[in-house]
Amino acid sequence: METIFIDIAEFLTSWMVGLGLAPLWADLIITILQWAVIVLIITVNTIVLVWMERKVSGFIQERIGPNRLGPFGAFQTIADTLKLLTKEDIVPARADKLIFKTAPMFFIIVSVMLYAVLPLGNNMAVVNLNVGLFYFISLGSLSTICLLMAGWGSNNKWSLVGAMRSVAQMISYEIPLAFSLLGVVMIAGSLNLSDIVTAQNRLWFIILQPVAFIVYFIAATAELNRGPFDMPEAEQELTAGAYTEYTGMRWALFFLAEYTNLVAVSALAATLFFGGGQGPLLPSWLWIIIKTYLIMLVFMWMKWTFPRIRMDHLLSFSWKVLIPVSLANILVTGAGLELFRWMGW
Amino acid sequence: MLKTDPYTINIGPQHPSAHGGLRAETIMDGEDVQDVIVHLGYVHRSVEKIAESRTYAQFVPYASRLDYLASHLPTLGYVQAVEKLLGITVPERAEYIRVIVAELSRIASHLIFAGSLAIDLGATTGMIYCYRDRERIMDMFEMSSGQRLIASYMRIGGVSHDFPDSFYPAVKSFLGDLPKMISEYHGLLSGNEILQARCKGVGVLSADDAIAYGITGPNLRASGVAYDIRREDPYGIYDRFEFNVPTGHCGDSWDRYTVRIEEIEQSGRIIEQALRDMPAGDYLGKVPRIIKPPAGREVYHRIESAKGELGYHIVSNGTDKPHRVHVRAPSFVNMMALPLVSRGGKLQDIITNIATLDPVLGESDR
Repeated sequence: METIFIDIAEFLTSWMVGLGLAPLWADLIITILQWAVIVLIITVNTIVLVWMERKVSGFIQERIGPNRLGPFGAFQTIADTLKLLTKEDIVPARADKLIFKTAPMFFIIVSVMLYAVLPLGNNMAVVNLNVGLFYFISLGSLSTICLLMAGWGSNNKWSLVGAMRSVAQMISYEIPLAFSLLGVVMIAGSLNLSDIVTAQNRLWFIILQPVAFIVYFIAATAELNRGPFDMPEAEQELTAGAYTEYTGMRWALFFLAEYTNLVAVSALAATLFFGGGQGPLLPSWLWIIIKTYLIMLVFMWMKWTFPRIRMDHLLSFSWKVLIPVSLANILVTGAGLELFRWMGW
Repeated sequence: MLKTDPYTINIGPQHPSAHGGLRAETIMDGEDVQDVIVHLGYVHRSVEKIAESRTYAQFVPYASRLDYLASHLPTLGYVQAVEKLLGITVPERAEYIRVIVAELSRIASHLIFAGSLAIDLGATTGMIYCYRDRERIMDMFEMSSGQRLIASYMRIGGVSHDFPDSFYPAVKSFLGDLPKMISEYHGLLSGNEILQARCKGVGVLSADDAIAYGITGPNLRASGVAYDIRREDPYGIYDRFEFNVPTGHCGDSWDRYTVRIEEIEQSGRIIEQALRDMPAGDYLGKVPRIIKPPAGREVYHRIESAKGELGYHIVSNGTDKPHRVHVRAPSFVNMMALPLVSRGGKLQDIITNIATLDPVLGESDR
C-alpha cells in the first residue's frame, strides 16, 4: 500500500518505454498525468471541503447543515457547482475586461502550482525541488497580485478597498510567515520539503518549534484570507470585497482557489511541523491526508468562532507582535543549535 | 508626500450591515472615515398618514409594524396613548400581561441586538446562539397571541387573549435558563478579545452629546445617564416593580453592548415579579365599541421601548379617526448620532456603530 502510487507511475513509464517511446517523452507524459491527477484531486477535494465546512459550521452553530441531497447532504456541493456553472457570466461594462477576466485564472493557476513541491507521501512530490520551501513561499505571495487585479479590474470601490486591504495584509503577514519557517529550516538544514520530513524521523518539529508553529498558523490564516482575517472579502463591511463583481464560474474559481490554498497551507503545516507522512500502520499518503484534514478542521473552527479583526489592529499585530516573536524564535533556535553543537550532540 | 483624495462610498441601502434599508453615505480617506451622512426613508410606508384614515382600533396592527423586532412595545405605547386620550382604566390582570409581554419583547430585541452585533463583526456563530434563545420568546408570543413576529396583541382597554396554560411553564423555564444563556454570550461574545478590541473606545458618545442629540434608551444609559422612563415617568404599573437601571461609563460601543446585556437580566427580574403578583380577573376592560374622543383633545404618551423613548402624539377631531398621529421614534433620533460617533474612525467602526446604536428601520422611517 505504501508505494502504490509510485508503483503505478513506474509501471506506466515502463509500459510506455516498452511501447517504444523515448524515456524523456514517457517522463513528460507522466508529469502531465500527475498534474491532471492533482487538478482532479483539488476539484474533488474542494467539493468535499465545502460540504465539510458547511457541516462543521452547522455543528458549531447547532444547526444540521445540508441534509437533503444524498446521504448527509453529500451531493449538495455538486448541485451548487452545477448552479454556478449555469449562472450568467456578468462582466461590468466599465470594468477593465482583460484584468477582470484573467484575475481568477491566475489565482487558481498560482494555487495549483503550490502543489508541485508538496510531498503527498514518502517520495511523492511531483518535483523534488531543493528549494521547495522557498518556492512555496514565493508562489504564495503571488496570489496577492491576483486579488489586486480582481479589485482593480472590477472598477468598484468595494472591490478596490478589499484589494488594497489584501495587499497591506499580505505584505505584513508574508514576513512572519517566512520567518516562522526559518526556524524549521535551520534545524533541518534544508529547504527541500522531503528532507525536512526525513529530519523529523525522531522528533516532530512541533515539539522543537512550538512558537514557530503558532506564528505560522496565524500568519497562514491571514494569507488564506480566512476568518478572523478575511479582510479582502469582509462580507459585513465590503459586501464581498474584491469578489463583489464576480458571478458564476469566475467567482467559483476564486472560491476553488481559496480552498486549494487552504489545503496547500495545511499540508505544508503537516509537512513541516507534524512529520509529514510519518505515522504508524497506515501508508504515508494516508497519514498526510489525515493530518491535513485535522489542521483544516482547526482553521474552520477558528473561522466560525471569531469575529473579524479590525484592519489597523491586524497590521499592528503583525508588525508589533508576530514579527518580533518570530525574530526572537530564530535567535533562540540559532543559539540552541550552537549550544547543542558545542555540547557535541 | 503622497497626495490622497477622499472618496465616497455608499453603505446601504442594499448592504449586508444596513439593518434593512439604512443608507450611510461615507466620505473616506483610505480606511479613515472623514464624514458620514445618514439618509433615512428607504422603508418609508407613511404609517402616520395611514393612521388618519383608520379608526383608533384599526391602527394597532400598523403600530406593531413600527418596531417589528419587539412588536409588543410600539402597540403598547399606542394603546396606552389612546387610553389616556379617552381616560379608560385597564383591568389589573391586563396590566400584568402587558408588562410580561413588553419585557419579553425587550429581551427579544436586545437578543437581536447582540446577535446582529456579532454578525456585523463577522462572528456568525454568535448570531445563531442569540437567535436560538429569541426563538423561545417567539414561541411564547405564538402561544399568547397566535403571532410570532408582529403580534397585534394589545387592545384598547386590555389585550386580545388571556395567556394559555402552556404559557406559564414556557416563560418560567425561559427565565430559569436566562442566567445560563447570558453566561454563554459572555463566553462566546463578551470574552472574545477581538470583539472587545473592536468595541472598546469605538464610537464614543459623551453624556453631554447624547443629551444634546436627544438620544434615549440604552444608548443614553451607556453614556452614563441613568434615565429610564419606566423609572422617571412610570406608565402602566411599572412603579410596582423593583429593577436596576444599568449604566455605562464612557458611552462607547462596548458600553452600549454591556448595558443591553444587563437590561436583559433586569427585564427577567421584572417578569418574575409580574408573574408572582399577577391577579386573576378580566384581560379586556369595558371599552365603547366605537371610539370617538371629543374634538380637539390631544395627548402625548411615552414609553421606554427597547430602543429608547417611544412617544405617540395623538390629536382627535371628534370623529372615529384620529386627526393626527405622530410617532416619536427613538431609532430615528438615535441614528442622528451616527456621524458624530463615526467621524475620525475606521470603515469597520461604522459597522460597529450602526450595530450598537441598534436602529430598527421600520420605526425610524415609519
